[in-house]
Amino acid sequence: MADPMRIRAMAKDGEVVVKVLMAHEMETGQRKDSAGKPIPAHFIQHVSATWQGKVVLSANWGTAIAKNPFLEFSFKGAKKGDKIQITWTDNKGDKRTDEATIN
Amino acid sequence: MDQTRRNVLKAGGSAGLLALLATAGMLRSEAALAADWNQNAFGAKNLKDAFDALGAANRTQSADIAMVAPEIAENGAVVPIGAVSKIPGTESIAILIAKNPTALAASFDIPAGTDPSVSTRVKLAQTSDVHILVKANGKFYETKKEVKVTIGGCGG
Amino acid sequence: MSSIKLRAVVALSGLALVCAAQVARSEAAVPKKAAAPAKKAAPESKSAIAAEFEKFRDIMEDASPAELFEAKGAELWKQKRGPKNASLEKCDLGLGPGVLKGAYVRLPRYFADADQVMDAERRIVYCMVTLQGFKESDLAKQPFSKGSHVPDPVSLVTFVAGQSRGMKIAAPQKHPREREAYKVGEEIFDYRAGPWDFSCATCHGDEGLRIRTQDLPDLSTKKGAIAAFQGWPGYRMTGGLMHTLQWRLNDCFRQQRFPEPAYVSQTLSDLMTYLAVNANGQVYKGPGIKR
Repeated sequence: MADPMRIRAMAKDGEVVVKVLMAHEMETGQRKDSAGKPIPAHFIQHVSATWQGKVVLSANWGTAIAKNPFLEFSFKGAKKGDKIQITWTDNKGDKRTDEATIN
Repeated sequence: MDQTRRNVLKAGGSAGLLALLATAGMLRSEAALAADWNQNAFGAKNLKDAFDALGAANRTQSADIAMVAPEIAENGAVVPIGAVSKIPGTESIAILIAKNPTALAASFDIPAGTDPSVSTRVKLAQTSDVHILVKANGKFYETKKEVKVTIGGCGG
Repeated sequence: MSSIKLRAVVALSGLALVCAAQVARSEAAVPKKAAAPAKKAAPESKSAIAAEFEKFRDIMEDASPAELFEAKGAELWKQKRGPKNASLEKCDLGLGPGVLKGAYVRLPRYFADADQVMDAERRIVYCMVTLQGFKESDLAKQPFSKGSHVPDPVSLVTFVAGQSRGMKIAAPQKHPREREAYKVGEEIFDYRAGPWDFSCATCHGDEGLRIRTQDLPDLSTKKGAIAAFQGWPGYRMTGGLMHTLQWRLNDCFRQQRFPEPAYVSQTLSDLMTYLAVNANGQVYKGPGIKR
């Protein structure tokens, strides 16, 4: 099972800045192992962030996103103490959702 | 051809649809979201095919898109890229890397209330132009910058 | 070390694609004749490149993937594991059982229970063996991160190091064994051997050395030594792997074509004592990002 994300969500000047680190190999499918066999692609394809049931960011990713991906974005409307959920889904159908409190 | 068209339409309509469903309190399942992944755009082997698959064959160069990217990256495996659009009505922001095996790196839908500003870290196979593509009010805008990739030492 | 000798080594190394062979003095890297006309054409100065690297490394350190391993280490610390089904919460890192704050910047130090001077990783492994019942020989089988494999001690060291973020490095030199470790470490640092007659000091004992675009700090000075301490444990962008100072120093041995030291050996504790004491008084920023 995938390791938890690290989510930092901070309210500042009427905005919430969200920084997320995800534990994922982001294997491109272009590399070969030591035996010369191609390593199959394994990467996050979709990321979404929700606050109070509203999608505040939705992203589609390809294989070029770096290993252990980082994402930063900001949105308006939320306040300290609110919760934000981040979900990623990869090309093998694995998914993970983590929640953080805005501070 | 049909498949291409459908995917392009899906990609184009995705932000609006999300907003609609969100207001209706009917969030789509993650599986459905993943199905929205534009196979043709993400599979495109060069920049032109990627732009075409995104429906962005016609683009306007814009000084209202700011890109934060190193002139010279310490390591091509992790290159920080930030994109900020000052174009009113920005609906989506995409990052494309001209000389990567597949050009499209990421596409972000920006719903109302979310800043048209995103940051992530990408892999660069070699020194390459990095393009930021912005969709606003149905039109496409673009800016680009060259990022050099270096070879390192022992790994300190 | 004379630059003549160094140049000879560089010349002899020929096609060998080894870092150590590519160490070059700035002036030695460019033939003297070409230097004058090439000056104007130089696109970027070395310092401009270094400044650009630093700027973006700072951006990345603000949200470093090392945090993922810190979080993992925190979980491992609390979990009851091993044949003895115990947590590490009673592990004494030098400031008393379970005291984590500031422990990392006060290592290596002498531990009476083990009668050894131990660095952070060695001490954590000691705790895993004594408290949890793991076998050191098992932990030594695959001690370094590779592919998707991250050894538990790596995450644990990262967690422990994070508990000293923003604190001053204060490696002790009170106990005679600690002073001895420093002296032995210094000797190892200067010891020249191997097929290329290298020592740590060959690459890290002089100002202004570099490999390709990377500056090589002089680790015998206060200013340089912080560079050896700082940023480790570090998330290496190459391969996206979390590594500890244990790995970094081990790799220096490999790159010099020395026999590699055993995992958590006294040799590395001594060398780390030398580096940490040289860096004393400077602020440790926590687990970092490395190239």
